[in-house]
Amino acid sequence: MTMNAISRSQIYVLDQDEALDFYVGKLGMEVNTDQDLGFMRWLTVNLPGDPKREILLEKPGPPALDPATAEQVRELLAKGALPGSLFMTTDDAQKTYEDLVAKGVEITDEPTERPYGIDFGVRDPFGNKIRIGQMFPRG
Amino acid sequence: MSRAVEESNRAMLRARDAMDRAYAELLDIPALARIAHVSEAHFIRTFRATFGETPHRYLQRRRVERAMYLLAQTDRDVTEVCFAVGFNSLGTFSRTFRQIVGESPTEYRRRRVPTDVPACFAKAWMRPSSFG
Repeated sequence: MTMNAISRSQIYVLDQDEALDFYVGKLGMEVNTDQDLGFMRWLTVNLPGDPKREILLEKPGPPALDPATAEQVRELLAKGALPGSLFMTTDDAQKTYEDLVAKGVEITDEPTERPYGIDFGVRDPFGNKIRIGQMFPRG
Repeated sequence: MSRAVEESNRAMLRARDAMDRAYAELLDIPALARIAHVSEAHFIRTFRATFGETPHRYLQRRRVERAMYLLAQTDRDVTEVCFAVGFNSLGTFSRTFRQIVGESPTEYRRRRVPTDVPACFAKAWMRPSSFG
């Protein structure tokens, strides 16, 4: 028996409300689950039409992390040194790029044609990397 | 204290992202310091403390990385590549490239292993045959 799907991935965010503004309000994702579990706010989003792949937007802090470690995580995230990149695909990289620029999203890399497709880079408000690509068919 | 470090780190990252995005443009310290909302002297010092190298060096590495890509993947000559990635003198480009990569742009191009067949070969070999 083998695993059959990557159903959820996690990234750290410094503020979950601000994360919603960005991931839903600007990138156009949908809220999948937003639930106060008491010990944490379980907040996941997904791309429209793809609810089986959720991104958990988790806030680093106690008790999961001790305060000093959480502080280190926050500082590393803010300088772009934490992993947790998201790679998304689109049918039209240039159009998506223009749409995001109009919404004031921070661009790290202009749309460029590469051997695998046309892609560009985005930075979320906290320091996470996002790449958005219009991929060429493989093979 | 931590919040101040977070905000400073994020501002330095914003300036570094600007170098990644606009490496081919004229990006001087005043412009980058404005993006980070700090004075020029504070910007250089803080950037170095945050990322372990000066902003000037980061921009040089970004430009050289793009030059390596163009040398390996295109047929554009060395002078063209030099200007395309934001250097404004061939001498500075060659010296900086050698210092960072360990060989000259021409040597680098000669040594690289092509990852894709050059377009002219692909065009010659993949066109439908008219010879029956």
